Amino acid sequence: MSSNDGRKRVALALGACAFAGSLLYFVVGGIGKNLVYYWGPTEVLAAGPKAVGASIRLGGLVEKGSIVKGTGSNLRFTVTDGQKSFPVRCTSVPPQMFREGIGVVVEGTVANDGIFESHRLMVSHGNEYRAPNDPAAINLKKLMTSTEGLDAPNKQ
Amino acid sequence: MTASIGRGLVLLALLCASGGVVAAFAAFRRRSADLTTVAVRAAYGFSGSMFLANLWMVAGLLRNDFSISYVAQVGSIGLPTWVKIVSLWSSLEGSILFWGGVMAIYIAFATRSLNESHGPARPVAIGVFLICATFFSFLIAGPAQPFGTVVDVPADGPGPNPLLQNHVLMAIHPPFLYGGYVGMTIPFGLAIAALMTGRLSPTLLGTLRTALLAPWIFLTCAVVLGGWWAYEVLGWGGYWAWDPVENASLLPWLTATAALHSAILTERRGVLKGWTMSLVIASFLLTILGTFMTRSGIFNSVHSFTQSAIGPTILAFLGVATLASVLVLGFHVDLLKADGELDRGASRDTAFLAQNLLFVLFTFTVLIGTVFPLVVEAVRSVQMSVGRPYFDRMTVPIGALLLFVMGVGPALPWGAASIDELRKRLLPPIGLGLIALAVAFASGVRTPWTLITLFFAGYAAQVTLVEALRPARTRMKFRADGFFKSFSQDIFGPGLRRLAAYVAHAGAVMAFIAIAVSSTRTQSVERTLKQGETMTLGRYALTLEGIERSQESNRSAVIARLGVKKNGESVEPLRPRMNQYRTQREAVGTPDVRTGLVEDLYVSLMNIDAETGEIGVLVLINPLVSWLWIAAVVMALGGALAFFSSVRVGRTVEVPRELQAEPVR
Repeated sequence: MSSNDGRKRVALALGACAFAGSLLYFVVGGIGKNLVYYWGPTEVLAAGPKAVGASIRLGGLVEKGSIVKGTGSNLRFTVTDGQKSFPVRCTSVPPQMFREGIGVVVEGTVANDGIFESHRLMVSHGNEYRAPNDPAAINLKKLMTSTEGLDAPNKQ
Repeated sequence: MTASIGRGLVLLALLCASGGVVAAFAAFRRRSADLTTVAVRAAYGFSGSMFLANLWMVAGLLRNDFSISYVAQVGSIGLPTWVKIVSLWSSLEGSILFWGGVMAIYIAFATRSLNESHGPARPVAIGVFLICATFFSFLIAGPAQPFGTVVDVPADGPGPNPLLQNHVLMAIHPPFLYGGYVGMTIPFGLAIAALMTGRLSPTLLGTLRTALLAPWIFLTCAVVLGGWWAYEVLGWGGYWAWDPVENASLLPWLTATAALHSAILTERRGVLKGWTMSLVIASFLLTILGTFMTRSGIFNSVHSFTQSAIGPTILAFLGVATLASVLVLGFHVDLLKADGELDRGASRDTAFLAQNLLFVLFTFTVLIGTVFPLVVEAVRSVQMSVGRPYFDRMTVPIGALLLFVMGVGPALPWGAASIDELRKRLLPPIGLGLIALAVAFASGVRTPWTLITLFFAGYAAQVTLVEALRPARTRMKFRADGFFKSFSQDIFGPGLRRLAAYVAHAGAVMAFIAIAVSSTRTQSVERTLKQGETMTLGRYALTLEGIERSQESNRSAVIARLGVKKNGESVEPLRPRMNQYRTQREAVGTPDVRTGLVEDLYVSLMNIDAETGEIGVLVLINPLVSWLWIAAVVMALGGALAFFSSVRVGRTVEVPRELQAEPVR
């Protein structure tokens, strides 16, 4: 191998590293800003002020007696995981299944007034998911995986 | 009894495949023609028994034989015949059996088309096919066994997932996806064979190209069919959400498309052999990754199946296959020496390189966004996902650049060109680009990326059209033949391959336009409607005329009838519905779409209040969406034409005369 070849190789390797590095920088930076957290009420409360403005999918059960229908499609209710609960304000038309005690996932963020503001409300479709009498048995992962329409995009 | 026949067939397939692996690699070692024949027979043996096992399962489903565990799991007596047949791939175990069946077909055809002229690459390739076949036979025989024996035979079964019965697309989509996924095994085997034998002969490269085109066509259809299904069934009004399972089908398509392009440079210039092989291998590994993601239930997605032991088994196979591929590449890639070099500067070679780089960049962006949440969850057990803005922000510029390269690349000549020549080729297409821009601006488009994309699309469209017709026009000039006679020579002659590429490009341009416009120009509104109440969106006025109920054999439905007025004139009413399946607790909605070439009117029923008769609806106007489906057909047609031209050329690869007859400067 001539020294010219060697120099070419080094240059090529450096170029490849620079390319890979900048790619990684942009991609990781882009991801960091666009993460959606899958949290229950306990995690949202634990995150405190960090939760304000962050993209969150809040999962849990609709607390008994908490549903208040406002004008139009405005809706208020409380999401609970058995221990902690969190108030939600929702602007989307609720799906057919929506009722007290059912597993829901709401997407949105915590507003400045400490209420979870959501533009999407999804209901768990899992046939085996039934835990209204035993809220302690809520498995957040199972709730998330049995909720339909989660792959739909944000409707801003 | 019937179940054990199925098990026997699967075991026979496993035996043939594993025996064939041993014979094939021994044949390669000893350069033995006899052992090669044994391996070939073993491959046919695998294909035959696996195919029969699939037929046996379909027969079991049709006869409602609930003594077979899979039939007891998904079958039901009252189902229509088509639902019974497609139940084969409606659930996890059956879908893996079906995978084996598709693999049987592919391996039979690939083994048949590999002959002595492929030299020592032949047994190696067959050996690699059969390694994959062994793994999937094992998966079917072990963790995914669909032929379990049911002791207490039930009188009736629950029937398949209602989403499957809810729309015919759910039945067609999986065969296309599997046709794409499984088919990547063949080019993978050929690439490994080229690396192991240290020679990529023109014959082998030709076979590889043909073998790559077949799954590419299926995958192109599958990616778009998946989107179409989401659009017609899920009811949120869009077709693509960067869902991990959607990404899983897109990733191998990206690398396969890159490989099809870099293979052209390999063929013409004798360069980038190792790179092309790497892309082919990556396509295969990404299909296995995709299978893992869809078959293990680790993602929350409507497409994915539930958790089982199958996931970890596939993950182990992915790990072993990746490691083995990296080792083979590392040790053997130096053997594939380049026998030429690339043109520098503003030439078509450079455009090909840029295209490849952009496709790889696209792949990495999507791959990282898809896999990142998995890694985070595995390491820190925190659940999260990567939001859609990441994918949009990253892929839109890459997509626009790709469209730019697709316009400029084919306009550039092979080899270095003079400034005059470049000017003559590159400037005129700006015309159609500007026209596209003007039309977009006049119809109110202001989003910068949409405008840029439409300008590039216009440019690429003109280049594609000019290049597609160039050989015919050259012939017309020199022979004074009519246009149709000249053009038909391209279709029936060796020029078909060149034409096929531009047909595929034309489809891609349409897809770019459809995506750019439909993703930024949608109008939507969510509302509750009382009986007789009217709402408006754009040019449309919708009135709730009534609610109907219907009873069908396997479901009951509540249908909202909405009268539609377009610009004040009554048109066909829309009937979005809620389907309640007999065997399921929850209702499944089905939106109704009024499809048009300019725009779709999309109405999705969110809920029905049983007491007041009020309904909640989501109404959208989606422009140009139907052009995406048309684009897929055109792209697949381009792929099919290329496939036929490749088969027609046969096993010897010659550069078609029309390709050499680029006008001389």
